[in-house]
Amino acid sequence: MADAGGAVPLLRVGGLKRYFDVSAPLLNRVLERQPRLTLRAVDGVDFAIGRGETFSIVGESGCGKSTVARLIVGLYRPTGGSIAFDGVDMARLRTRRELAQVRRRQQMIFQDPYASLNPRWRVRDIIAEPIRAFRLIDGNAAILERVGELLRHVGLAPADGEKYPHEFSGGQRQRISIARALASKPEFLVCDEPTSALDVSVQAQILNLMKDLQREFKLTYLFISHNLAVVYHISDKVAVMYLGRIAEVAPTRTLFSRPRHPYTRMLLDTIPDLDMTGRQRTPVAGEVPNPINPPSGCSFHPRCPFAADRCRAERPEPIPLADGALVACHGVEEGRLPEDVRPLKAVS
Amino acid sequence: MALAYVDTARRALDSDLFYSFRRSPATVAAAVVVLVYFFAAGLAPWIAPHNTYDVAILDLSNAFLPPAWTASGKAQFLLGTDDQGRDVLSTIMLGARVSLMVGFAAVLFAAVLGVTLGLVSGYVGGVVDAAIMRVADVMLSFPAILIALLIDGVARGVLPRDLHTRVSVYVLIFSIGLSTWVQYARTVRATTMVEKSKEYVQAARVIGLHPALIMLRHVLPNVLGPVLVIATIGLAIAVLTEATLSFLGVGVPPTQPSLGTLIRIGNNFLFSGEWWMTIVPGAALVVLVLSVNLLGDWLRDALNPKLR
Repeated sequence: MADAGGAVPLLRVGGLKRYFDVSAPLLNRVLERQPRLTLRAVDGVDFAIGRGETFSIVGESGCGKSTVARLIVGLYRPTGGSIAFDGVDMARLRTRRELAQVRRRQQMIFQDPYASLNPRWRVRDIIAEPIRAFRLIDGNAAILERVGELLRHVGLAPADGEKYPHEFSGGQRQRISIARALASKPEFLVCDEPTSALDVSVQAQILNLMKDLQREFKLTYLFISHNLAVVYHISDKVAVMYLGRIAEVAPTRTLFSRPRHPYTRMLLDTIPDLDMTGRQRTPVAGEVPNPINPPSGCSFHPRCPFAADRCRAERPEPIPLADGALVACHGVEEGRLPEDVRPLKAVS
Repeated sequence: MALAYVDTARRALDSDLFYSFRRSPATVAAAVVVLVYFFAAGLAPWIAPHNTYDVAILDLSNAFLPPAWTASGKAQFLLGTDDQGRDVLSTIMLGARVSLMVGFAAVLFAAVLGVTLGLVSGYVGGVVDAAIMRVADVMLSFPAILIALLIDGVARGVLPRDLHTRVSVYVLIFSIGLSTWVQYARTVRATTMVEKSKEYVQAARVIGLHPALIMLRHVLPNVLGPVLVIATIGLAIAVLTEATLSFLGVGVPPTQPSLGTLIRIGNNFLFSGEWWMTIVPGAALVVLVLSVNLLGDWLRDALNPKLR
């Protein structure tokens, strides 16, 4: 994957895997002769995120995009593969001190602003927690001053720090969540569907705030979403995930104007748009298969209108294309798929 | 700072909890009764009419006196006297003191043990959870009284007689606590498993906070609501269990009688007509347990969002 200037990317993920054991309890397995079941939530994912970039992962529910986010911030341990942050392999970090140094530089914004703030804590204590945990500032007065500054950054008043989370609306809570994430002066923010629980009008406010903060603090974002309009608005690069694997990675404009992978095309077709009223759409056929028992070959073949025999037998690997896109599709590789060029304004 | 306390107090009076408290006359009555008991029991050594622990002032010629309102009663012994000439009102006040102290200590012990094990079990999960919960299942399959009797019996067998008399209160607290911690552990475990999956706990994990700190600072304050309810009802159960054990003669020594001991002593004379020696402490116990239970029921309903 081409990185800007050939420098070390801030985050590089290679062959990342996470399997979950979803077997029945031992006794049931023995009595009912059930086999062990593994759910391959993430099954070999590669990507790199350059400094200052916004990298988005889109996909339907259950495609493993949130699992990728959780693996990166260390909420889950990978089953396989590597995560390198700023050139440092996360798996090599053994001591708490080494881990803390990396963790200070990466923070996470969560999906549900009603669950991500401890209801028993005052807002100032919630925001100050990373500062206290990493011992960034000494003295209570200095910490409170910093909390006030953070609240101003996200468009709240320093006096709001005295309140409890239930006194705020969803959008305001998400601002508090962002302030907490910024408290340790991170360089990298993992945002797991940060706007999907908010009203549409508030979504735009939060997205614009995130863009402003990115400019101001030179932040790098990993943005997880299922909302293509949001992704188009905020990303530099987009990865489309399907059943634990990446189907296509491309710069945002390329992905939205020349989608290669049949799955990407299908997703883009779902965006409602007045200009495309007359256009023949490929309906979203079928549902995401069960990741416990994924289809053979390319996992998308049961839903793909272009599926051939090879797709049913052989798993496609990502292939780099001339304009910087990476596509895992036999049809694209063989050049047997029709071109699909769309006007960009369709999504904005 | 003073202003903040005034503010907190005003908010407490404004709260839904206080509103539902005022709306229920039975709860207010129960609260008053419980307060009277706490007051009478807490200050018993100073406000009780007689010091029944002092053997020197006991006069056997005052024994078996009926309550003051009966023909042969004496005004100085309002509720009569027992077989050793002890004032029944005073023994009840001092007995309630012993009962409540044992009850509170047992509840505290059970709650600390149960909440800790429940938190660890729910948060850590896996083998640790399975181990703790199997122990809890075993405890639960024995009646509480049986466990308490067993522990008391073992203590009697192991400890020398005079040492056992001195520590018998602690043995009682330990055995009652050990037979009731399972409830706390199970409830806290369930709530912890719910809270653990919430994103604020994950936010703390992303920061890299030590699991013990996450449990203590984040999860614990959010699981204490149900514990308060169980503890209130648990107090009534602990007082009853203590009374039962003392009635069976394995509780506190007769020199420092609790309500249960008083009922047992009085029981010996019930059929010879000295009914007050057992009926009065019995009624005192019933009213106390009933009031605490009413409070617990109210608290359970008031804190349950589904019933609002």
